[in-house]
Amino acid sequence: MDILEILLTTGFWAATLRIATPLIFGTLGELICERAGVLNLGIEGIMTMGAMAGWMWVYQGGDLWGGLAFAAFIGMLFGLLHSGFTVYLGLSQHVTGIGITLLASSLSYFVFRMLLPDATTPPKIEPFQPYAVPLLSDLPVLGPSVFTQTPMTYLALICVVVIWYGLNRTPVGLAVRMAGEHPLAVEAQGIDVLAVRTGAVMVGSALMSVGGAFLTMSAFDAFYFGMVNGRGWICVALVIFASWRPGKALLGALLFAGIDALQVRVQQVSGAAIPYQFFLMAPYVLSILAMVVMARRAAYPKALLAPFRRGDRA
Amino acid sequence: MRLELRESPPIWLAGLAPVLAVAAALVLCAGLIVWTGESVLEAYALLVKGAVGSRFALAETLTRATPLILTGLAAAVAFRAKLWNIGGEGQLYMGALAATWLGTGALDLPAFLLIPLLLVAGALAGGSVLIVPALIKNKLRVDEVVTTLLLNFIILLFVNYLLEGPLKDPMSLGWPQAAPIVDEGILPKILAKSRLHLGFVIAIVAAIAIWLVMRFTVWGYEIKAVGLNARGSAFAGINVNGTIIRTALISGGLAGMAGVGEVIGLKGYLTLDLSPGFGYTGIAVAMLAQLHPIGVVVSAFFLAGIYVGADSMGRAVNIPTYLADVLVASSVLAVLVSVMLVRFRIRRG
Repeated sequence: MDILEILLTTGFWAATLRIATPLIFGTLGELICERAGVLNLGIEGIMTMGAMAGWMWVYQGGDLWGGLAFAAFIGMLFGLLHSGFTVYLGLSQHVTGIGITLLASSLSYFVFRMLLPDATTPPKIEPFQPYAVPLLSDLPVLGPSVFTQTPMTYLALICVVVIWYGLNRTPVGLAVRMAGEHPLAVEAQGIDVLAVRTGAVMVGSALMSVGGAFLTMSAFDAFYFGMVNGRGWICVALVIFASWRPGKALLGALLFAGIDALQVRVQQVSGAAIPYQFFLMAPYVLSILAMVVMARRAAYPKALLAPFRRGDRA
Repeated sequence: MRLELRESPPIWLAGLAPVLAVAAALVLCAGLIVWTGESVLEAYALLVKGAVGSRFALAETLTRATPLILTGLAAAVAFRAKLWNIGGEGQLYMGALAATWLGTGALDLPAFLLIPLLLVAGALAGGSVLIVPALIKNKLRVDEVVTTLLLNFIILLFVNYLLEGPLKDPMSLGWPQAAPIVDEGILPKILAKSRLHLGFVIAIVAAIAIWLVMRFTVWGYEIKAVGLNARGSAFAGINVNGTIIRTALISGGLAGMAGVGEVIGLKGYLTLDLSPGFGYTGIAVAMLAQLHPIGVVVSAFFLAGIYVGADSMGRAVNIPTYLADVLVASSVLAVLVSVMLVRFRIRRG
C-alpha cells in the first residue's frame, strides 16, 4: 500500500478531522488572545485542566454538554487569572504563561488524584457518540466518514466561522484587533483596553479548555496523566503558521492533522524499518518547520507582549 | 490608584519578596489540604520533617537540589538576556546522552580525566541543542519559547529510540536502559550512607562561577544589557546576536551538566525517567531566585525540600504528592506579584 492509497481511504479523512479538532479549538483560542496583544502560554495547562474538568463533571453524573460548559467556565477562570497578571499588573507574559501552565496542570492532577485516590486503571465515561449529518453523510466516497463525527468536531468548525465573523465583521472584533495593534487608539475611542484584552483572554482560554475536553470526552473516554502531550505548544506554533487568521488556522490544523494521520498509517505499513519514535516526532518537527517557513511573512500583532498602562505615552 | 516606579527599592524589601511569595503560596495550598480533610499544620510539619528532619532527609534534599541548581542556573542566565529557554529538560537529556556515549567504555581514562571530560561533553551537547533555537531567533525572529519547548519532546523521543535500540544494554533484562557508566566515570559520594555525590559541589562551584561572570565580566554585563534593552545595546556597540549565542551555550551547557551529574553521580546509567521534570522545575527555581545565581542555590534547596518533603508527607497522610507541584507553581506566580510590589509603590489618586 502506498501513500496514494492511504489518502484514498475514508478512515484517513475521518482521522484527520478527529486529530484536528482539539488543535482547531486550541489554535482559535490562542489566536484570539494574541490578536488582543496577549501571548497565552498557559494553553498547555489550561487544556489539561479542561480535559480533567469536563471529564470529571461527566464522571460525577453530569451530562456531556454540561461538562463542556463546565470546562469552558474553568478555562475562563484561568484566563481571568492570566489577564489579572499580564493585563492589569503588566507582568511578563512569558513567565506568567509558564506559571499558569505549571499551576493548571499540577492542579488538575491533584484534583484527579483527590477525587479518585485509588484508581489504578483509569475509570471511563460514556463519551460523545458520532452523529451522522443527514443528507451529507449519504454522499458517496467521503460522505460517510467525514460527516459522521462527534458533535464537538462540528462545534469546532462552527467556531471557525463564528470567530472569523466576530473578529472581522463586528465592532467587538475590531476593538479586539485594535487592542493588539494600537491600544492607544482604542483608548482614544473611549474603550477600556484592559477590559477588551481581559475579555479576549477569557474567551480564548475557554476555547483552549474545550479543546482539552475533546480529548477526554470525545476522542477517548478517560483522563490520563500527560495526555495533552504538547498539543498546546503545537497550537502556539499553528497560530504563527496561520498568520493570526481563523480561516488559515483551520487549514493549518487540518494540514497538520492530515500529516499526523498519514504518519500513523505509514508507520503500520513500514513495519519496523523505521523506528516508531521518529514517526512520533513528526508533529513537533513539523511545528518548528512551520514556524521557520512562515517566519519571514509573520505579521505579529504590533502590541503583542506589550503591557498597556493607562496614561503612558506610546 | 496607580503604580509608581521606586527609584531604588530597599535591599531588605527585595530579599523579602520571595519569602512573602512562598508564604502566600503556602496559605493558598492550605485550602487544598483542608479539602483533603487532613490538618494543615500537621501536613506542613510532616513536609518539613520529611525535607530536613533527619540526616537522611537532609541528604536526600541536597541530592535532589543538585540538578535543580544547574537547571535553575541555566534558566537564570538565559532569562537575564531575555532568551526564553524552556528547553532545559531536553538539554539535560542531551547531556546525559553524551555522558552515556563516552562513559560506558568508549574511553579508557583514569577518573581524574574521564569525569571532567564527561562534564564538558555533556555541557557541549546541552549547549549545542540550544544553539538551534537561538540561531532561528536571531535570523528569523521565531519565538524561542515554542521551539525550545517542542525540542524537549523531540529529544525525549530520540532518547527513547536510542534506549530501545542502539544504546540498549543487552544485560538489562528487557528494560529500556543504557549500559552502566564505567567505574572511573562515577562521581564519588561525599557523605557516607547517603546518595549525596560530588555533583552537589560541582553545582555550587558552577553557581559561584556564574555569579562572578555575571557580576564582574564584560560577558555578564553584555548578557544583562541585551536582556534589558537589546536595541540600546546594539547602539552601544554590543554584538547582540553574538551575545544571545554565547548565552545559549552557557545556559544549555549548564542544563547538560545537570544531566551528566544525574547519570554519573546518582543513577549510574541512563533511563527515560532520569529526570522528573528537572528542566521545567529549574524555571521555577530561577524565578524564585529572581534570576540571581547565588539565590538559585537557596531556592533550589527550598524547592528540592518541598518535593522530598511532599513525598514523605504523601506516604504518611492521605494527601496527593502533586501538592508539591501546586505549591511550586503558585510560588512562581506569587513571586511575580511580590517582585512587582517591590519595584513599584502604590499611590492613591
